[in-house]
Amino acid sequence: MSKLKSWKELPCGAIINDLKAVLENKTGTWRSFRPIWNKEKCINCLTCWIYCPDAAIILVDGKHQGINYDYCKGCGICAEVCPKKVQAITMVKEEK
Amino acid sequence: MPSIKELSREPELFSSGHRACTGCGEVLAVRQVLLAATKPVACAMPTGCLEIVSTIYPHTAWQVPMFHSAFENAAATISGMEAAYRALKRKGKITEEINFIAFGGDGGTYDIGFQALSGAVERRHRFLYVCLDNEAYMNTGIQRSSATPLGAHTTTSPAGKVKPGKLEWRKDIVEIMIAHDIPYAAQATVWNWNDLANKVRKALSVNGPSFINVLVPCPLGWGYHSSQTITLSRLAVETCFWPLYECENHKYRLNYTPKEKLPITEWLKLQDRFRHLFREENKHLLNAFQEEVDRRWELLNRKIKCSQ
Repeated sequence: MSKLKSWKELPCGAIINDLKAVLENKTGTWRSFRPIWNKEKCINCLTCWIYCPDAAIILVDGKHQGINYDYCKGCGICAEVCPKKVQAITMVKEEK
Repeated sequence: MPSIKELSREPELFSSGHRACTGCGEVLAVRQVLLAATKPVACAMPTGCLEIVSTIYPHTAWQVPMFHSAFENAAATISGMEAAYRALKRKGKITEEINFIAFGGDGGTYDIGFQALSGAVERRHRFLYVCLDNEAYMNTGIQRSSATPLGAHTTTSPAGKVKPGKLEWRKDIVEIMIAHDIPYAAQATVWNWNDLANKVRKALSVNGPSFINVLVPCPLGWGYHSSQTITLSRLAVETCFWPLYECENHKYRLNYTPKEKLPITEWLKLQDRFRHLFREENKHLLNAFQEEVDRRWELLNRKIKCSQ
């Protein structure tokens, strides 16, 4: 984060123009369980993607391409919603 | 009906990096609504969890214009934005079509923001109000709201020796909004994303105010493991606690009929806030809960029948 402005330099009200700054906030550090995605098993149904609260499922041209560990908080929703017959995502405990 | 492939081509307008709890249903609802919304959109929100987690200065998770003013006036803010937009359009300073969406929690909608919402809707501004209903004031540490169901433990309706959690039933906000004669009102969940996406598109296509009430499970406030967010929102529908229905120009329609209506205990037993209801001395409350769910489900079915 750059140096904060003084109150005289601030605009009227708090206006945030930098829409990408939020990406500095790596929420992946909160994680205590890590989802492991199995590319071979994945049928690309995108169910995990639509249910991810952190938009941490990486899609490239509409295809599942892994999990963004910078922002994944390890809630486990993806492993839970992955179709029972597929089970392409497993949760493992984070090691120090 | 938008397919998941179609939605996956939409831009991600609610960015990663927000500070919502793990497994938060509320930000998930916002993500799904913004994916489905007809763009461009401009938004407003009252104070609440959503504001706290998404806009900690100098960060914002919103990739669309977002206006936060105060707890009680999200609807007044969005109606002002919409009125300004119409004025600029009349003067020819804006030509494109813009949709307006307000996101409020249940506290900022059912209770504190209600008069602003009622007024904005009565003035017939063209906007969609999405209520993200997690059934209590989660932001300030789980206090009861008028959306909290019967028997739920919150910090201001604690379950103990004297009282078994909240003593009152929740208020039916969708019915209250329908009573404002709005062109479109609906109830949805994060589980049925397809239904939610449809409702968002329908709501944005009407000429006037619209309202969608989305049930958003809260791992911290409801007391369950973060991975169960989708399961809990599905069970709320399958038990008929949260029927997926809409009311379009006075016509009620059920959007999803459970194959088998599950007993309400299937939903309650997964949540710590209802744990005490399963004690022997509170059994009557479980029965009362089931009766109220049945009564409302029956009433809704009658309304659907009568409005055809």
